[in-house]
Amino acid sequence: MAHGHNSNEKVVYVGDSRVKKSNHPNIPPDYTAFPGKSEAFIPNFLLKEWMVGCVVLVGFLAWTIAEPAPLGYPADPTNAAFVPMPDWYFLFLYQFLKYPYVSQDYILLGTLGVPGVLFGGLLLAPFLDTGKERRFYRRPIASSLMFLSLIACVYLTVVSWDHYQHTLEANGQIPEHIEREEKAREAAEAGKERPNYTKPAPVASLVDADDPAMDIAKQAQCVSCHAADLKGQGSVPPLTGVGDILSKEEIAEVITNGRNNGAMPAFKDSLSSEEIDQLATWLSKQKTAAE
Amino acid sequence: MFKSVYNWIDERLDITPLWRDVADHEVPEHVNPAHHFSAFVYCFGGLTFFITVIQILSGMFLTMYYVPDIINAYASVDYLQHQVAFGQIVRGMHHFGASLVIVMMFLHTLRVFFTGSYKAPREMNWVVGMLIFFIMLGLGFTGYLLPWDNKAYYATKVGVEIAASVPVLGPYIADFLYGGDIVGAQTLTRFFAIHVFFLPGALIAMLAAHFIMIRKQGISGPL
Repeated sequence: MAHGHNSNEKVVYVGDSRVKKSNHPNIPPDYTAFPGKSEAFIPNFLLKEWMVGCVVLVGFLAWTIAEPAPLGYPADPTNAAFVPMPDWYFLFLYQFLKYPYVSQDYILLGTLGVPGVLFGGLLLAPFLDTGKERRFYRRPIASSLMFLSLIACVYLTVVSWDHYQHTLEANGQIPEHIEREEKAREAAEAGKERPNYTKPAPVASLVDADDPAMDIAKQAQCVSCHAADLKGQGSVPPLTGVGDILSKEEIAEVITNGRNNGAMPAFKDSLSSEEIDQLATWLSKQKTAAE
Repeated sequence: MFKSVYNWIDERLDITPLWRDVADHEVPEHVNPAHHFSAFVYCFGGLTFFITVIQILSGMFLTMYYVPDIINAYASVDYLQHQVAFGQIVRGMHHFGASLVIVMMFLHTLRVFFTGSYKAPREMNWVVGMLIFFIMLGLGFTGYLLPWDNKAYYATKVGVEIAASVPVLGPYIADFLYGGDIVGAQTLTRFFAIHVFFLPGALIAMLAAHFIMIRKQGISGPL
């Protein structure tokens, strides 16, 4: 409904389709029905709230400075030894689902049945507890159910946490974020740089790939185990970067006599000592830093 | 100066009733800790909101550095934690604030429950409050994955596996959260989107409903 132009108003709207000004008096609800002294929210009460808020905020800041937020090692989906741990407020549910009759064949009861009834009951509490009485000690059923659930949640959380600690102890592990912090502290005390887990380990590539020694490596069947690019395969170690670990003499020794009970066979019969020397010289040049 | 700016705006938009609705009300004695110290139990709702505001602000700053992809997520959190000025504080506030919100909200829920404040005519506000509770738990669950360390990865794996064991709906929930068959690149971007856009949007709508209802109905009277 368009209003006609009202000459009392300063602003003239064309094609006026404004919401009509309500005729309800704008009186805020007051609490004269409640006993005692009420106080204006703004500014009296809010000012006090702000002061308390500032104290809380400063305390919170001090906490975050004293206790850095935890961070473990980068996610590794192949890590089979890691003990999974949800955030603490999910522990009660996590623990609950470990009990018989709510797991395995009865998982339906565990995931939907019991939590459904409990959370459903909580959600619909006002429609289940419809009495006029508000004091908790006059509402024995509602209050005792709530107390019972509280005790159960605390118990399950404590048991779950305890179980986690025991598992760690049995496996000889400490939580990754603590280990990581320890290592950073040790590095700092030793005057070294903080260990960096974000950079992938440098991958050594073949140095002097067209050296004639590569042909010896191919003839002698090195490549059949250590792969055509000598980067290793399966449990066979790579030869790229081997110069970082072993000296020329040590390499020659391994080629001549083998290693690991013949997992690396001896080549003293199939290769001449010159060939072994040539190969060892070339392999000793296989250093990551040489790039 | 301020007065004339206010009048200029008020003339056009009639804002006086708006701010009156929001701010102009009394605080009765029975909820005011200045009069009865035990009334501090009535503060947990306000504290929950206070921490929620901290969560929103610190989260906004975290997204300035955080990169939601599996190669860079951990590196960006590591950088944020150790290189960025005040990064440790902002991340710490968001990390520990997540726990604090749950604690405060839990205490607020218990206060409302044990004072019977959810009773008629405030049933709807209780239901909305419980929805806020579930949204907060969802925020906690989705946020846990984002640093992309082992703890995050395996907790999410276990969590989604539990959800997947629900009959009929389970596989669909798992598919929606995983975005594939494993916790992987898709899972991380999905959790990021859910944590940063979907759930906060729902949370703000629910909070608005929660506050409008408390302003309409007023706080429950003394016991």
